[in-house]
Amino acid sequence: MSIIVENVSKSFGEKLVLNGVDLRVEDGETLAVIGASGVGKSVLLKTIVHLLPPDTGRVLVDGEEVGLLRREALYALRRRVGYVFQFAALFDSMTVYDNVAMGLRREGTMSEPEIRERVLESLRRVDLTGLERRLPAQISGGQRKRAGLARAIATHPKYLLYDEPTSGLDPIMTAVIDALILKMARELGVTSVVVTHDMKSAYEVADRIALLHLGGIRVVGTPEEIRATEDPVVRAFIEGRPELAQEAA
Amino acid sequence: MRAVWTTPLASVGRAVFDFAAGFGRFSGFAAATVRALAAAATWSRLLIVQMTRLGVASLPIALFIAMFTGIVLALQASYTFTGAMPLYFVGVLVGKTMILELGPVLTGLALAGRVGANIAAEIGTMRVTEQIDALETLGYDPIAYLVVPRVIAGLLMFPVIVAFADALGIVAGWFTAINLLDMSTPEFMRGLRLFFTPFDIRYSLVKAASFGLAVTSLGCFFGFHTSGGAQAVGRSTTQAVVAGSMLILVLDAFWAVTLL
Repeated sequence: MSIIVENVSKSFGEKLVLNGVDLRVEDGETLAVIGASGVGKSVLLKTIVHLLPPDTGRVLVDGEEVGLLRREALYALRRRVGYVFQFAALFDSMTVYDNVAMGLRREGTMSEPEIRERVLESLRRVDLTGLERRLPAQISGGQRKRAGLARAIATHPKYLLYDEPTSGLDPIMTAVIDALILKMARELGVTSVVVTHDMKSAYEVADRIALLHLGGIRVVGTPEEIRATEDPVVRAFIEGRPELAQEAA
Repeated sequence: MRAVWTTPLASVGRAVFDFAAGFGRFSGFAAATVRALAAAATWSRLLIVQMTRLGVASLPIALFIAMFTGIVLALQASYTFTGAMPLYFVGVLVGKTMILELGPVLTGLALAGRVGANIAAEIGTMRVTEQIDALETLGYDPIAYLVVPRVIAGLLMFPVIVAFADALGIVAGWFTAINLLDMSTPEFMRGLRLFFTPFDIRYSLVKAASFGLAVTSLGCFFGFHTSGGAQAVGRSTTQAVVAGSMLILVLDAFWAVTLL
């Protein structure tokens, strides 16, 4: 099973952000969705877990059409999908420990000692051991991103969705996060979608890369295929040369 | 080009349309809140925390207002009645006015500022920083997690706060009467008992509960529908306070018409 996005469109008022997007994420792969700022990458990610319902089209996760699920079934599906937010979205009134424990407590299948063990294991995976009693305001931006990742993996999800995981981070921290994404895929066997505009990260972590452009998927391919493509829009984006796209238009 | 006289009409039409749209959104939000009551496992463990935050922590400001209201009521009653009515009517006015009107309404207005603004700012900030989306991705119903415990806490705690405010206002009025107005305690108590009925207390507490429901649900509604950044949070907070205060006055009139 996998994630299938079929002909998804989404508008905000007059602005058409997604216009018939088709995308398929295969089991166990890491797909990077790249594209310019404001092109709708995060919107696409949010339609997958129905945080934003698409205007038209449908999304299937594990064969279930997300838009048709009843409330409890939707929440059950979301618990199989870890979501790493762009700015971490940690609950600022809770400690790092309680943030990571939130999803486990919602599941209600583990005792507090078991939850503690899982929280500490998740924090260890992202190298945040010892910070569990801190509040989000008391840790750095990179640590917050890692705490957000720990929260997302604590329930051992089948899928991980990363929304701009490296934006605003220095190159060293970017490399740390990229290494963590690879580690999660390797150790947990998760299927991942990574939304990013950082080409270096995309090449580093992705099995395939999709370029979102003008509301649709312009191209999908392996990092090698993307590097070799002659498509001027893709070249403009990966080389940071907007004149190439303008010449082609 | 649009005729000059159509501009005010268009503005009125737009305002009516916006109000109707807002009312529709609020009705949907209220229905979702009622539905979320079923998720008791989510909201019940948060209720005590919210009752403490919204209720217990609001007591000092409510008592402060009630104390000075009681003092002023006693002095103004004495000023009004001197020479025209027996002085024990000070007790009548302090008791009736505190219990029926000023206790619940002044407390409600103060809490519309304190509680309504607090809720709208907190939930609005959670909205713009994607914390509400994060709740959803972790499998929580954000209405059950954020809204229901606050609304129930308001419904339960506003009457408690108003009961304390009513009592302290009367005590402050009595203290003023015996110290500044040359009245005795039996005189004040005679006035206090003269027209008192247990219905007065019920009336005061029903009003308080409705104010609690209005202030907390509006705070949650405006916070929940915040979109944008810090400026939008500020706007939601202001809307929550203004709408909460207005609804308190409307409800005050409603209960007077229907119960008195």
